[in-house]
Amino acid sequence: MEHIIKNGIVYDPLNEVNGEQMDICIKDGKIVDSVSEDANVTDASGQIIMPGGVDPHTHIAGAKVNVGRMIRPEDSKKDAESLAGIKRAGSGFSVPSTFMTGYRYAKMGYTTAMEAAMPPLLARHTHEEFVDTPIIDHAAYPLFGNNWFVMDYLKEGDLDKCAAYVSWLLKSTKGYTIKIVNPAGTEAWAWGGNVHGINDPAPYFDVTGADIIKGLAEVNEMLGLPHPIHLHCNDLGHPGNYETTLASFDIPKGIKVNPKHGSREAVLYATHVQFHSYGGTNWRDFVSEAPKIADYVNKNDHIVIDVGQVTLDETTTMTADGPMEYDLHTLNGLKWANCDVELETGSGVVPFLYSPRAPVPSAQWGVGLELFLLVNDPGKICLTTDSPNAGPFTRYPRVMAWLMSNRYRTDMIENKIHKWAQRKTSIATLDREYSLYEIAQISRSTPAKVLGLSDTKGHLGVGADADISIFNFNPETQDPSADYMAVEEALSNASYVFKDGEIVVKDGAVVNIGIHGRTYWVNSLYDAELEKQVEAEVEKVFKQYYSVNFANYPVQDEYLPRSNPVNGVME
Amino acid sequence: MSEIILTPKEQPQVPLEANTITPDSFAGKNIDEISNIAIWNGNKQFRLSEFFDVQGESAENPSEIKIIIDGDIYNTKRIGQSMTAGEITVKGNANMYVGAEMDGGKITVEGNVGSWAGQDMKGGELTVLGNAGDYVGSAYRGDWRGMSGGLITIHGNVGNEIAEYMLGGKMVIKGNVAIMPGIHMNGGLLIIEGNVVARTGGEMKGGTIVVKGVIDEFLAGFKYLGVERNIEVEGEIIEGAFYKFKGDLATKGASGIVYAAVAGNGHIVPK
Ligand SMILES: [Zn+2]
Repeated sequence: MEHIIKNGIVYDPLNEVNGEQMDICIKDGKIVDSVSEDANVTDASGQIIMPGGVDPHTHIAGAKVNVGRMIRPEDSKKDAESLAGIKRAGSGFSVPSTFMTGYRYAKMGYTTAMEAAMPPLLARHTHEEFVDTPIIDHAAYPLFGNNWFVMDYLKEGDLDKCAAYVSWLLKSTKGYTIKIVNPAGTEAWAWGGNVHGINDPAPYFDVTGADIIKGLAEVNEMLGLPHPIHLHCNDLGHPGNYETTLASFDIPKGIKVNPKHGSREAVLYATHVQFHSYGGTNWRDFVSEAPKIADYVNKNDHIVIDVGQVTLDETTTMTADGPMEYDLHTLNGLKWANCDVELETGSGVVPFLYSPRAPVPSAQWGVGLELFLLVNDPGKICLTTDSPNAGPFTRYPRVMAWLMSNRYRTDMIENKIHKWAQRKTSIATLDREYSLYEIAQISRSTPAKVLGLSDTKGHLGVGADADISIFNFNPETQDPSADYMAVEEALSNASYVFKDGEIVVKDGAVVNIGIHGRTYWVNSLYDAELEKQVEAEVEKVFKQYYSVNFANYPVQDEYLPRSNPVNGVME
Repeated sequence: MSEIILTPKEQPQVPLEANTITPDSFAGKNIDEISNIAIWNGNKQFRLSEFFDVQGESAENPSEIKIIIDGDIYNTKRIGQSMTAGEITVKGNANMYVGAEMDGGKITVEGNVGSWAGQDMKGGELTVLGNAGDYVGSAYRGDWRGMSGGLITIHGNVGNEIAEYMLGGKMVIKGNVAIMPGIHMNGGLLIIEGNVVARTGGEMKGGTIVVKGVIDEFLAGFKYLGVERNIEVEGEIIEGAFYKFKGDLATKGASGIVYAAVAGNGHIVPK
């Protein structure tokens, strides 16, 4: 099947194409140099063309997402779509059902989205939901930061065994990266407590957050993983936490980057940094310290961050940071769910209202935008809302419009939101506006590169997967800064989306679900002998402590309709 | 007022979803068009005329329309859902969700109704001459923001968890109530003229509950404040002597008020 997209205005940062009118040729799901006369033609005159969007951090599949759906029937009620054409019915504003998740990403021109927190024990459930999530390519990040085996091996100082364990677990769960959430803190929560900062040890294991970050960052490079460690820092959401954040950022500095696939330069990926950029000592004297965080990112090359932009919506928070979710429940008094995942991790879910009229959410809105506007290089920062924690992913087009239009932000600051945005952050003084090229960086090329997938994702060069988004906004006649509503609307409803070379969205509607999305996972073999030894140790612990049989733990290949292993080190 | 008379044919075994039976959806349509309004039965759509004979005269404005349902519609749900103006009278029983999310106008049901009557009501008046099921004037499942305005009057008895998460408006129950009236209530006024089985105002944080009958079992989370006579609540004087309680102190910062008639409730006052 051949296709040619003609006359679009292309933004393709990885190939340094900045708003040039050019044709894109597609053959057999890939971008190619040229096609024959018989190719289907799509006319994109006067429209924006970008690679398909890549979301490096979202919560769309698995146990806690489903708990979010279950405890929030009212979230489902307010946003329901009925059966239409090839589309199934679905519901959920902040936690959409699986099918609707796939459709809604596609509608915005996003073709890849990564589930950022998978408890290893519940990997099967996560992959089952991926099976029912149409269109988008995906991967899941297993949680390692409070894992008993990891903490045991780190306590013994045995990095080799830790690496062998991580390698085995990534394969067993079909996971993609080393996710660390509130290291040592979620384990402490199983004992009813939390840790404060990076030097507070987990009970019994006596290893600190700093030990876990350092150890796993080294293991990450020993295994040659495509993505750096993916870190949710300690002290999330607490005034004064920026010091913990900066100290955490410094831990992996100096470790040599060693990906076996892809071309990342970072050894640390820090997520939803907006929630970690707070000064002060309580919510009264709270101030934004985003400028200090941005300054650190500007001066250091070992780190890439994502923002976790607050969108000022009613949403559902969900994270493996169990103690933080309990704090949140005591703060807002709303219903909550919390669970302990034996030996591995925990999680919590609480609804949250980021009211634009309330002081704290307005300030958080400002903090996120400060990070976007003060980090100079869009190659170091990714667009996320930590969906649905700071807002649902369906608001990405709105965040993009805020970034491209100082006028839009000024209207928000002056007319729509609480004055804390001005008083507690510097957002009102920042007049930088993102270009469409920079938007393509933070939503396409930067996440693709830091994920180690930029050979086929996040760009439109020859050899890339033909994942392409086209938006009906003419940068030659329209100005996103002035016409911010039009650009938000265009980015919300792509005029065309190609996935693996097939048209899946037309005029903002899903018209075809195409072939199933790829599941990326990391296949590595650190040391075959050692991995066997570690597996035997794990099996013993299973008999003693786990509620499932060892043989039932690994996710078998049948769970991945379109398995796409990415190699790490292979002995 | 233009009257439109819907005479029910046989009620189907699977309940009808009649949220299109409102003055708002009838307004500006002639009788033919009204007869063709879509109505769900199970997973299929039908025309209104397949379940009702439609007669009378419509009007441009919903406030000028009175819908009379001339018979029993015990298996029809969502009558008057989200209506904003006009009137509906049901001359028989109706099923669940009568007047759910209604924002204005008036509904009268002469028989009994199912559960969830007046769910999330924002305004208007809902009157039931018979009994009602559970969750009268309650929040949608899972939501913590319930009825915020309007008036619900039930002349008969009601079930459990009425006025759950109520925020505002007024509800009067002339008969008896099962357990947990006003659970999680945050505002508004609930008057119960009959008796209550148990757990009045469980986890309430605000609002007022007046019980003129007997409360069999009361919760421990309420602080006894003394006897008050001819109490004034929300601008209205209710005559008689009442024990006054504040609670439910099991909830942080709670300041809900429960009045229980002195007559018959001596057993719930601390000795
Ligand atoms: Zn997250």
